[in-house]
Amino acid sequence: MGHAGTLISAVLFLFRQKWRTSINRFAEAMTIFAVMCALVFPGIHVGRVWMAYYMFPLPNQMSMWPNFKSPLIWDIFAVSTYATVSILFWFVGLIPDLATLRDRAKTKIRKTVYGALALGWRGANRHWQHYERAYMILAALSTPLVLSVHSVVSFDFATSVLPGWHTTIFPPYFVAGAVFSGFAMVMTLMLLTRAVYGVKSIVTMQHLELMNKIMLVTGSLVGYAYAIEFFIAFYSGNEYEQWVFMKNRATGPFAWAYWTMISCNVISPQLFWSKKLRTSIPVMFVVSILINIGMWFERFVIIATSLFRDFIPGSWGYFRPTYVDIATYAGTLGLFFTLFLLFLRWIPMIAVAEVKGVLPEADPHYHPEGSHDDHAHAPAAALAGGE
Amino acid sequence: MSSPEYRSAAPPPAGKRLALLLAEYATPGECLHAAEKLRDAGYSKFDSHTPFPIHGMDKAIGLPDSKLGFLVFAGGLTGTTLAFTMMMWMNGVDYPLIIGGKPATSIPSMIPIMFELTVLLSAFAAVFGMFHLNRLPRHNHPLFESENFGKFSDDRFFISVEVEDPKFKLDRTKELLSKTHPASVEEVYEEAQ
Repeated sequence: MGHAGTLISAVLFLFRQKWRTSINRFAEAMTIFAVMCALVFPGIHVGRVWMAYYMFPLPNQMSMWPNFKSPLIWDIFAVSTYATVSILFWFVGLIPDLATLRDRAKTKIRKTVYGALALGWRGANRHWQHYERAYMILAALSTPLVLSVHSVVSFDFATSVLPGWHTTIFPPYFVAGAVFSGFAMVMTLMLLTRAVYGVKSIVTMQHLELMNKIMLVTGSLVGYAYAIEFFIAFYSGNEYEQWVFMKNRATGPFAWAYWTMISCNVISPQLFWSKKLRTSIPVMFVVSILINIGMWFERFVIIATSLFRDFIPGSWGYFRPTYVDIATYAGTLGLFFTLFLLFLRWIPMIAVAEVKGVLPEADPHYHPEGSHDDHAHAPAAALAGGE
Repeated sequence: MSSPEYRSAAPPPAGKRLALLLAEYATPGECLHAAEKLRDAGYSKFDSHTPFPIHGMDKAIGLPDSKLGFLVFAGGLTGTTLAFTMMMWMNGVDYPLIIGGKPATSIPSMIPIMFELTVLLSAFAAVFGMFHLNRLPRHNHPLFESENFGKFSDDRFFISVEVEDPKFKLDRTKELLSKTHPASVEEVYEEAQ
């Protein structure tokens, strides 16, 4: 989910999908906050947080450098690059809107803060020219970057020799899963915000339906990846692979988690084949929540069911989370929603300048009421009448 | 519309000097055609100020293509080279680590980090290059002296003509602007140095 927002807004920008303007700000904010939450876990898992700088190529007292052949180091670079570029992309998109807030501000504090953040934006065409180019380049950079982040994260698993993790389908499977869960989370948050703030004329049913169609496609892709994992386990003839997938996941002690994942991620989005269900707000809200749950279980199934009942006696038993595990998870939910509510409160949740730019009136050759007049040569009287 | 409203037509206030003329338009089309007229009249130091980029305005003002791409290319190349040299030196020369009997440095295992740093430095070049080309941040532009200018970020479209333009003559320029159907034309002053 943390990796999906930028993909949503960058890929849709490159494909010139104008409807993205109503969801991109949302999706990007969600991404940045989710990445911040995601960073909490490895931060804790390194054990000694104050030693976290060992992961970066910084000179240290052991005069030792990181092992750049390790996928975990690739992951450090991928995730930190991803977080930085996402924040830059988000901020660049925000500049014209911050200028709008600055010009509408009534109090001194608002004028100062928004004024400083807007960098003195004057909407000059000389600026827009470079701005648009920069935005396009950032979108073009973000797209392969997102694909690489998912792939690198999946290398952490795929390059290990653990049955259940050692799977070549992981990179594309993780990418599809990220788009899938990202759209589901955007949908959940968007439906709530849309109802509370009354932005129904900007986020229309058409937008929601298009998002549901993407969820249907990516959900089916994820379902295909689940099936292929089983097929490869069977086709490889490797008994350990077969044992992990068939005995441990699908029918073992964690079968309940596995089948929760399948029903939420593969079966529930199939409802969207029906136009009636795809355009029903209650149905899409419930399905988006189910997908969020399902994608959480996907991580759980990949990690926990591959690590229990394996080679070490310490891992023979059943996995039960401790209260620390649960509290950490609950804490990240709190962190995410705190940041998200602050975002809704202080920053335009819809990309104002971009929405204005796709209105029909924004076209310099737009003529209201079907009237035809030539601006350059029409007499003033005709213009006054025509417009 | 046929008789635009003139703001501050009085002589310049004490300690101030004229910085630019600011014309306001109600639609993007009028703003675009006004820019074309100024360009055809030989003006070069003028610009439009609009809530969103207007299609065709680059041509109407007569701007060359943005050079940002070159900066980004240089940034990307720096990233690739930096990543390659860093890994070669750290893992190959300064502290070779033999893990699992594999060579200390191998190019395939360097690809992910080379890619990431290429993207990172390209993105920095794109954003900070854009700031540099636009001379941002700049919080003290004479345009902000105009009360009316704040509407540019809402729903109005402006054209500003700088006094420094070689073709600039207060009466003539004002007359030219008034022929482009502006909603208002304003003289904007800044503090005299």
